[in-house]
Amino acid sequence: MNPTRKRRLAFAALLLLAAAVAATFIVLALQENLTYLHTPSEVKQGAVPADARFRLGGVVCEGSVQRTQGTLDVRFSVTDRFRQVHVRHHGILPDMFKEGTSIIATGKLEHGEFVADEVLAKHDETYMPREVADAMAKGAAMHTKSCGAD
Amino acid sequence: MLPELGLLALILALLLGVLLGTLPLVGAQRGHAALVASARPLAYSQLFFVGVAYAVLTHAFVVHDFSVAYVATNSNTLLPTMYQLPAVWGAHEGSLLLWVTILSLWIAAVATFSRSLPAPVVARVLATMGWVSVGFLAFLLFTSNPFARLLPAAVEGRDLNPLLQDPGMIFHPPLLYTGYVGFAVAFAFAVAALLDGKVDAQWVRWSRPWTNVAWAFLTLGIALGSFWAYYELGWGGWWFWDPVENASFMPWLVGLGLLHSQAVTEKRGSFRGWTLLLAIAAFSLSLLGTFLVRSGVLTSVHAFASDPARGLFILGFLALIIGGSLLLFALRAPTDDKGQPFVAASRETLLLANNLLLSGAAMMILLGTLYPLLAEALDLGKISVGPPYFGLLFTVLMAPLVLLVPFGPLTRWQREQPAQPLRMLAPWGALALVVAAIVFFRWPQGTAKTAAAWLGGAWLLGGTLRFVWQRVKQGKGRFTAEMTGMTLAHVGLAVFVFGVLMTESTSREMDVAAKPGQSFALRGYDFRFVGVERVQGPNYRADRGTIQVSRNGAPVATMLPEKREYASGGALMTEADIDGGLSRDLYVALGDSLGPDGSWALRLYVKPFIRWIWLGALLMAIGGFAVVFDKRFRRPVASP
Repeated sequence: MNPTRKRRLAFAALLLLAAAVAATFIVLALQENLTYLHTPSEVKQGAVPADARFRLGGVVCEGSVQRTQGTLDVRFSVTDRFRQVHVRHHGILPDMFKEGTSIIATGKLEHGEFVADEVLAKHDETYMPREVADAMAKGAAMHTKSCGAD
Repeated sequence: MLPELGLLALILALLLGVLLGTLPLVGAQRGHAALVASARPLAYSQLFFVGVAYAVLTHAFVVHDFSVAYVATNSNTLLPTMYQLPAVWGAHEGSLLLWVTILSLWIAAVATFSRSLPAPVVARVLATMGWVSVGFLAFLLFTSNPFARLLPAAVEGRDLNPLLQDPGMIFHPPLLYTGYVGFAVAFAFAVAALLDGKVDAQWVRWSRPWTNVAWAFLTLGIALGSFWAYYELGWGGWWFWDPVENASFMPWLVGLGLLHSQAVTEKRGSFRGWTLLLAIAAFSLSLLGTFLVRSGVLTSVHAFASDPARGLFILGFLALIIGGSLLLFALRAPTDDKGQPFVAASRETLLLANNLLLSGAAMMILLGTLYPLLAEALDLGKISVGPPYFGLLFTVLMAPLVLLVPFGPLTRWQREQPAQPLRMLAPWGALALVVAAIVFFRWPQGTAKTAAAWLGGAWLLGGTLRFVWQRVKQGKGRFTAEMTGMTLAHVGLAVFVFGVLMTESTSREMDVAAKPGQSFALRGYDFRFVGVERVQGPNYRADRGTIQVSRNGAPVATMLPEKREYASGGALMTEADIDGGLSRDLYVALGDSLGPDGSWALRLYVKPFIRWIWLGALLMAIGGFAVVFDKRFRRPVASP
C-alpha cells in the first residue's frame, strides 16, 4: 500500500468509528427518552407495562375534577368514552384545562391510579391532539358524554 | 370588491412568477440579452402585485370586513388597534401571504443590490427564486386563499388567538420568516452556479452577504420566539425542543455551518461541493420547517387544526425542490473539488470540524423530530421523544465546538504549527479553569454545571479577545468588518453559553397554594402574597394577583400577574409578571383559585442570568449583520 492509500484507509476507518460511536449514542439516548401514548382503554386492558412512564391521552370526564381545598392536589378522570382512568396531580393545571377537553398527562400508574407529573392541554380551544383524536375516533365515540366504565 | 382585487393581484403575481422563472433562464442559457434583462422588471412587478394583495388583506382587517372568512376567524371589533396589522399573519393563510411577501422582497432586494454582477448570473438567480415563489403562490391560491368570502358575512368576528395578542407577535413571525426565506437567496445562487456549470468560488463571494443577513434575521426571530414563549406561556421555560422550535433551529444550525464553509470556499477554494450542498440543505430545511408547522403532522404547541391537502402540497413541493436541486448537484457538482491544499493542522480543518459538528447536531434534531412520524408509519406505537434526548446529544455535540472556537481565528490557513495557537491560548484556558474551580467550591448552591458555565464563558470570551489583542498588537492589516462580525458573534456565543448553563443550574421554582398574607422564601427572596382582585381590560377581564417581593427586608418589586378571560370564546390566558434584570429574573404566574378563603395557586421562579441567553443571541445576530459591511463584498467583480 502506498502512503496516500494508507492515509485514506486510516481516515475512512476513523470516520466509520466516529459514525458507529455516534449511532450508538443516538440509539441509547432515543431509547432512554421515548414515551408511549396510551388510551384509558389500553391502560385498563393491562397493555401498559408496570412501572413504565407513559403519556395518557383522552378527555377530562365531565364532573370528575376534585380539588383538595387550600392545596395544589387535584384529582380527575380521563376517558376515551369507553373506559376511564383516575388521575392524581400535584401542581398548577394549564390554562386550557377544562372538563370535556382533551389533555395529555405524563406519569406512572400507582395502585391503579395514574400519578401525573405533567399535564398538557392545547393552546387552541378547538384543538385535540391528533393521537387522542385517532384513538377516540375508532369507536366514533367523540359525540357521547359518557365517561365509560371505571 | 376589494378582496377580489387582492385575489386577482395574487393570480397576476403567480403568472409573473412563472414568467420570472422561465424568460430570464431561457435568456441566460441561450445568450439572449433582452430576455436576460427582463428579470429585474419582472421581479419588481411581482413585488408590486404581492404588495397589493398584502395591502388589501391588511385593509380588510382594519375596516373589520367580516365577509372575508379569514378576517372573521381571526379578528373582531374589540381587537386593540396595535394588533390589527399583525393579525394579518395570525393564522395559516395570512402567514403564508407574509411568507410570499417576504420572498418577493428578497427577490427585489437581490435585483437591486446585484447591479455589479454579470447579467446572466442575476437572471439565473432571480429565475430560481421565481420558481420558489410560484410554488408558494400556487399553494396560497389552491389550498389557502386568504380572500375567501364568508356568505352571509359574519356580524362579529371570532377573536385573534389570545396567545398572539402580545407585542412579541408583532415582530417574531416577520423576523423568523425573513430568516427562513432569506436562505432562498443562497440556494438560488447555488442553483444558478450549478446551472451555469461554473461552481468556482465566485458565486460564494456574491452570496455570502445574503447568507449572513438571512442567518442573522433567523437568529433574531428564534431568540424573540424563545423570549415570547418565556413570558407568554407562563411556564418560565425558554426552549422546549418542541417540533416547531426544532423546525426553525435546524436551518439555523445548517445556515451557521454554511456561513463558515462559504468563508473557506471564498478564500481558499476548498469545500466547493460541500458548500453547494449546505446551501441546498439550509433552504430545504426551511421548507421542511414550513411543512412541519403548516401541515400539522406533528403534535406541537404551535400546530393548529391540520389539513392533509395542504400537507400533501408542501410535501410535493419539497420533494420537487430537494429532488431537483440534488439531481442538479449530482449532474453538475465539481469533480475536481480541490482548492488550495491544506494539512491537518490548519484553519480549514477546524472549520471542517465546525461544519461536521453543526450538521451532526442538525441531523440529530431531524431524527428526533421525525422519529414519532417514522414510528407511527412502521406501526411501532404512538411515541414522543423527550427533551432529554435533544438536551443530552446537543450538549455532547456542542462541547467540542465550544472548545475549538477560540482556536479557529488564531490558526493560520493551510498550515500551522500546532504549538503556536496552543501557546497563545494556554493562559486563557488556565484562567478559565481557575475561575471554574473557584465557582465550583464557592458559588452558593452551585453545581458542576455552574462551574461549566464559567469555564465555557471565560474560555470563549478570553480566547476571542486574545484574537483581537493579537490583531491590535501586530498592527498588520486593518481590523475588517468581517473580523468585527466574527468577534461579536463569538462573544455572543460566550454570553449565550454562560446564560444557558447558569440558568439551568441555579434556577429555582416553587408551585404553592398561597393564602392572602402568606410569605414564601426562594433563593434569598421573600414573596408575600397580598391577594387577588378583578380588573377589566379592553377585550378581556382578569383576576390580578399582587405579590410583594423583598430581599433581607428591603422591597424589591411589586408583581401583578394576571389570569385573563377573553370576551370572545372565553379563552383563559395566564399573563405572568416578570421583574427582569441582568443578573436575575423574578417570575410570578397566577394559577387557579383554590377556595373561598381567597387562596390561589402561584408559581414562583428565580432565574439567574436568563437574559444573557437572548443577549448572546442578539450579539450573534449583530455579528452576522456586521460581516456584510466588509469591503471585500463591495469590490467590483473581475470580468471573466
